[in-house]
Amino acid sequence: MYQIVRKEMLQSNIVLMEVEAPRVAQHCLPGQFIIAKTDEYGERIPLTICDYNREKGTVTIVVQTIGAGTERMMSLNQGEALEDFVGPLGCPSELCLEENLEETKKKKIVFIGGGLGTAPVYPQVKWLHEHGIEADVIIGYRNKDLIFYEEEMKSVAKNLYVTTDDGSYGFHGNGCMQLQALYDEGVRYDQCVTIGPMIMMKFVSELTKKLEIPTIVSMNPIMVDGTGMCGACRLLVDGQVKFACVDGPEFDGHKVDFAQAMARMAQYKTEEGRAKLAYEEGETHHGGCGHCGGDK
Amino acid sequence: MEVNVLVRVPVREQDPKVRATNFEEVCLGYDADEAMAEATRCLNCKNAQCVKGCPVSINIPAFIEQVKLGNFTEAYQIISESSALPAVCGRVCPQESQCEGKCIRGFKGDPVSIGKLERFVADTARENGVKPKKAEKLNGKKVAVIGSGPAGLTCAGDLAKLGYEVTIFEALHAAGGVLSYGIPEFRLPKDKVVAAEVENVKSLGVKIETNVVIGKSTKIDELMAEEGFDAVFIGSGAGLPRFMGIPGEQANGVFSANEFLTRNNLMKAFKEGYETPISRGKKVVVVGGGNVAMDAARTALRLGAETHIVYRRGEEELPARAEEVHHAKEEGVIFDLLQNPTEILVDENGWVKGIRIIKMELGEPDESGRRSPVEIPGSEYEIACDTVIMSLGTSPNPLISSTTPGLDINRRKCIVANEETGATSKAAVFAGGDAVTGAATVILAMGAGKAAAKGIDELLSAR
Repeated sequence: MYQIVRKEMLQSNIVLMEVEAPRVAQHCLPGQFIIAKTDEYGERIPLTICDYNREKGTVTIVVQTIGAGTERMMSLNQGEALEDFVGPLGCPSELCLEENLEETKKKKIVFIGGGLGTAPVYPQVKWLHEHGIEADVIIGYRNKDLIFYEEEMKSVAKNLYVTTDDGSYGFHGNGCMQLQALYDEGVRYDQCVTIGPMIMMKFVSELTKKLEIPTIVSMNPIMVDGTGMCGACRLLVDGQVKFACVDGPEFDGHKVDFAQAMARMAQYKTEEGRAKLAYEEGETHHGGCGHCGGDK
Repeated sequence: MEVNVLVRVPVREQDPKVRATNFEEVCLGYDADEAMAEATRCLNCKNAQCVKGCPVSINIPAFIEQVKLGNFTEAYQIISESSALPAVCGRVCPQESQCEGKCIRGFKGDPVSIGKLERFVADTARENGVKPKKAEKLNGKKVAVIGSGPAGLTCAGDLAKLGYEVTIFEALHAAGGVLSYGIPEFRLPKDKVVAAEVENVKSLGVKIETNVVIGKSTKIDELMAEEGFDAVFIGSGAGLPRFMGIPGEQANGVFSANEFLTRNNLMKAFKEGYETPISRGKKVVVVGGGNVAMDAARTALRLGAETHIVYRRGEEELPARAEEVHHAKEEGVIFDLLQNPTEILVDENGWVKGIRIIKMELGEPDESGRRSPVEIPGSEYEIACDTVIMSLGTSPNPLISSTTPGLDINRRKCIVANEETGATSKAAVFAGGDAVTGAATVILAMGAGKAAAKGIDELLSAR
């Protein structure tokens, strides 16, 4: 069992959990992910590592409810425990490797995080900051009320740009528009890292291709085991089949086939939706989802 | 009970029509009378050939003798001297090509049902709470075992009996390896059989730490340098699925057999109450002809789909056990043999809508000795389906070999290990099972685990 030593609601549907997992905390690096499972009945849910503390032996994850599995995970309280927590999985970010430090130091880097993707941007910027590399960060939200991690990010970023789609806070627009604005002002970057919803990473990659900025994206497709066994997370990168769990999760954003990756994300949508409704509505759910046939 | 010495006592099975709709075990096994009757058919050969056919050399005539006398506990202790997983082996070993294949009775009539007797003995012991015998005292030496599949459990069990302090590291959340994620409930019940056998191994003093991916959560060198393990056994299996490389394979509705089976077996998608989603499918095509293909097809069928097996060679060449093929057919799986997919057809939303298949004929034998299938030009046709399951075999995962300096692998990415001792190119590191051989059987992995336990004991007791 893996105890939740700290739980913090970041938004009504986004929760931060600091979990005791010494083996993971000892070995993880920014860019990697874990798989967590609430209990016997839960799904295996892949989550990108958002922070870690080697001394305390803890790993921080941020979870957003998207289905029954995440909803139940979120309902656990501080002091309670997750039944399973395995990792670190996947490859660390290439920017956060000691052996690449000299190369990385030469680059002017910008991170673009969107929504939940803000959280896994943090450990990368923090690692760079601790190694004397100051990176710019753009984080985007739909509106002012949905902002989280601003203070944390401010403490490690060189310049922090917050954007909101409705203009209620910071820059009026999204991450792409902010990057374009900076570019128009004459700011030039050698490297972009973007983490967030797939559609956002797709648009950022399209823009940076035009602006000729090499771009890393962090893919979060459907997975089961996370060790290369099931092949569910396969995606096309430069025409080659890659497994996000072992070959990634970070890839060259200019080479990922996003259209196909997004189609694959929809694979269990109706199934997950059904499970979520059944969880929320329990016995009272009689087919309102239109899929389960419970009303027939 | 009257016995015709030439004919085996038949074993009861669930009716095919009924079992095609449930996940209960197909074979119901012998009861005590049936087992004792079948045991009388054993000739108790002095130079027993069956033992030579067993990869873990169970003293078969001796345990059958005890069954004949009704001493089921004694029979169990004889088996457990050699095998850590008798209830599993009695169910999934290919006995027809091993112990039973060598049985003298088989020259004229049916061989003795050794597998069914083993299963009976193990099941009876479990029902009566009989446990294998534990080592009297520990020898103070520590061994790490990577992977809790058949190779790892066997190696761990044997070493624990010799007094070693053994910890198994398992990457998934449940122990058992392929016994848990791969082989379906209806062939190998998880709670009743697999969990119970794992408990037996634990009762020998073996610790199992789940959720540890060696190569990621920690490394072999750290286990030895920092956690004080004197030797390591790698039994990490062959987990990476193969795909065909044909157009449309990335579509929604195309799964590896590993994914489909893991969702159902390990993650229990078929059971009420579990959150695991699975694509049930209305018409499922399983590509491949091995035991895993049969398992996937029979699972899809039970989830309610019309299920086809598409295999490029003929019936004779099916690599699956005859019993599995027979059961699949009885349950209603449709076999489309001498056919091979050339493309998966995809609809506008990225979902599978069909599969294009070409007919094959058998040509000259290839290097494996099997006649190689050759496409018949112009014979392509399409069938509609919504799910395709690729069951084309697996290869070892490079997670361990790539993070363990000094560990040699061959060009198939299998770990190079001595067959007799399990020793690898790295000092005090041993390996066995599918990680060494590539995908094979449960019992061969157990044989390798056993050999490595002996190899480890020889190394460490000489220190």
